[in-house]
Amino acid sequence: MDTKWVKRFMLPAAAMLMLAGCNFSDSGGKSSEGSDKEGAEGDGSKAQTIILSESSDIPTMDSTKAHDAIAFNVLNNINEGLYRQNESNDVELAGAEKHDKSDDEITHTFTLRDQKWSNGDPVTAHDYEYSWKRVMREAGPYNYMLVTAGIKNAEKIMNEEADADELGIKAIDDKTLEVTLEAPNPLFETLLAFATFLPQNEKFVEEQGDQYALEAENVLSNGPFKFTSWQQEQGWTLEKNEDYWDADSVKIDKAEFLVIKDPQSGANLYETNKVDRVKLTSSLVDQYKDNDGFTNEKASGTVFLRFNHNNEALANVNIRRAITEAIDREGLTDVILKDGSVPLYGAVPEGFYTSPEGTDFRELNGDVTKGTPEEAKEAWEKGLKEIGADSLTVSINMADTDEMKKVGEYLQAQLEDNLPGFKLELKAVPFAQRLEIEKAIEYDLSLSTWGPDYADPMTYLDMWVKGSSANRMDYHNPKLDELVADARTDTDLSHRYETLLEIEKVLLEEDAAIAPLYQRGNSYLTRPSIKNLVIHPAGADISLKWTSVE
Amino acid sequence: MKSYLLKRFLYSVITLFIIVSATFLLMQLLPGTPYSNAEKLTESQRAILDAKYGLDKPVAVQYITYIGNLLQGDLGYSFQYQGRTVMSMIGDRVGPSAFIGLQGLVFGTIIGLILGIVSALRHNTWLDYTSVTLAVLGMSIPSFVFAALMQYYIGVKLGWLPVALWENYWSTIMPSLALSVTVTATVARFIRSEMLEVLGQDYVTTARAKGLNESGVIWKHVIRNALIPVVTMLGPLAVSIMTGTLVIEKIFGVPGLGEQFTLSILVLDYSVIMGITLFYSALFIAVVFIVDVLYGFLDPRIDLKGGSQA
Repeated sequence: MDTKWVKRFMLPAAAMLMLAGCNFSDSGGKSSEGSDKEGAEGDGSKAQTIILSESSDIPTMDSTKAHDAIAFNVLNNINEGLYRQNESNDVELAGAEKHDKSDDEITHTFTLRDQKWSNGDPVTAHDYEYSWKRVMREAGPYNYMLVTAGIKNAEKIMNEEADADELGIKAIDDKTLEVTLEAPNPLFETLLAFATFLPQNEKFVEEQGDQYALEAENVLSNGPFKFTSWQQEQGWTLEKNEDYWDADSVKIDKAEFLVIKDPQSGANLYETNKVDRVKLTSSLVDQYKDNDGFTNEKASGTVFLRFNHNNEALANVNIRRAITEAIDREGLTDVILKDGSVPLYGAVPEGFYTSPEGTDFRELNGDVTKGTPEEAKEAWEKGLKEIGADSLTVSINMADTDEMKKVGEYLQAQLEDNLPGFKLELKAVPFAQRLEIEKAIEYDLSLSTWGPDYADPMTYLDMWVKGSSANRMDYHNPKLDELVADARTDTDLSHRYETLLEIEKVLLEEDAAIAPLYQRGNSYLTRPSIKNLVIHPAGADISLKWTSVE
Repeated sequence: MKSYLLKRFLYSVITLFIIVSATFLLMQLLPGTPYSNAEKLTESQRAILDAKYGLDKPVAVQYITYIGNLLQGDLGYSFQYQGRTVMSMIGDRVGPSAFIGLQGLVFGTIIGLILGIVSALRHNTWLDYTSVTLAVLGMSIPSFVFAALMQYYIGVKLGWLPVALWENYWSTIMPSLALSVTVTATVARFIRSEMLEVLGQDYVTTARAKGLNESGVIWKHVIRNALIPVVTMLGPLAVSIMTGTLVIEKIFGVPGLGEQFTLSILVLDYSVIMGITLFYSALFIAVVFIVDVLYGFLDPRIDLKGGSQA
């Protein structure tokens, strides 16, 4: 081959081809800070554009198959179901303008608002019927949410004992949707704000076939924003939906999301005004804690110790109480973790769940599991006497992540210092293994985590009934089971809330069944000009509907 | 020549098959499930999902099904990225990885050659010592440290190049430079010792004795001969770059394959792990194959016919 020809044509051609295959985004994005001078018509107001970040790409935009917070975040902002989570984390009517209940609260009739899909089709009751049945038919990862909502036949369909068409949902006409429940359910409205309950345009979904929701143009919006571009592994763009029924409330014109996987890079991009909000890891906190945009935000996930209630020593309530009270949680969150986490002295975390009267759950129940080292020692000696031992060696099953290893070592030091004769062996395994060991109940102590399924304290409480797949420690108290059963169908919301408070007391005050450690938190750098970025405890993390740049 | 190539090709296919089989079996030993909400699933739900994806079948049956599909060019669907085929995921992500990788190889080779040649020609001078020191640093400091340093000083402090993200050609330079560090160091060290060796050879003395001018001697006799072994280095270096991309892509936000690979292992996305392993192995085997063949062309002492003429 003529080498000159290769040099002159082949190499440049190859280089061009390679560049073409690179999929550059060339967004030329400017953060709200960078666009100071771009105010509309020079009236001094700032351009309503923000750039946010996520740690990875959207796994799927198909609401019936979505299974993580990143997808839920986008879906929540571009779509709308019957209800929506508002600024104070309560739910309010959204896609439905009216919700009628039968006297027994079994049959629910929704009257839909006039809404349009982004392709111009109207949103109809059939769209809801189609998507809910689709969730069941395709065994979507969150199909059990329809079971939790108590929709008729959902459980049977999930267990393959009935056909998806038998689901208790029916479009009476284009504007009227009828949903039938198995029993009255006080959680029903709360759950309806979850992405799994979003409508889908049947014609569009079927037309797209296996291409549905794979690209921005294969997705329809009916919410506050439209999904206008999506570059895989790089980011996506939401733009204000002018056709949205409540478009007047929406201030932001455009929200870009960048995929930033490395937190240090994220902080560097924040400093160079390429992005307006990034999450920090605890190693970066010291470096940025004096920055104007530094914030600690509470999250809704909890970290706690499971006791194996089959273990002879740990079956003793005084031993469990001693372990619970011997740990200094302030030291753990403020000195060891430093990532925005806060001490937790109950099963339900603080700041997200208020009673119908508006008081926080934690404020009402107080620090249930808080004790002093002296009280811990007292319980310890009593417990040891009861089980007829003078020392105790147990192991702890934990994930081998940096966070959990730090926590494990801290627990070891605390417990061995404060409880004479106590020895803790650390057994760090991969996360999936930790879960398997827990499900098989083959541990003494297990360092566990829990994230809520829906925005209600119940999601932290009903897991402890006998036979629940999340119990995983053979804990059983008939009193707790009974209270949970009551609360599940109690539609007197104030009375129900009393019951929830009572359940936590049974679990922790009477039984010391688990040892809550801390409520997760996150540290962020957020451009101070961004106002009203609403953070939710469950499902989607954020709502941009009420956000603005000032 | 032909039979040699055929034989090497057959070996490659067998190697690939062994890698696929081993990965498939090793993957079965990983704990957990590919379902992202495993923590919330009941036993019966999990059984239903396992049946849906064929994970309830014995490993042998799953293996045969997989190999069967593979032979038809079907790598399956991702669990994590619902609805996406593994093939399309690799296709979408390979471009950026390949670009920064190859560019890194080019950068590294050029800088390495210059450093190596200069230090050989100025043997035992300060130039030599500096470049040797640089080479040692390049070998011993991991590329992600350079990446972080460059990102901070060149990106944040000086603002010469984009800090991260994948916006235009300028975004590719820092990732490529970070990847090229090991290549630069290896090539520099190698070419230096090769040059020194060749410079002492009889034919160089002969060339000089014939009255060839010094630059002619260096270009025609020394560098050309010293380059041969460098070609063999490029194979393993290309591979080290491939593995290097795992971290570098994450730091610079490159939408590439490496980051996808780590993620798929963490979330047990079986079909993606298999697909990417297969892809990387095939690439590795291909690189080794090409280098072997190239070597035969460059060095007449190597006989591709397998020594039948000896």
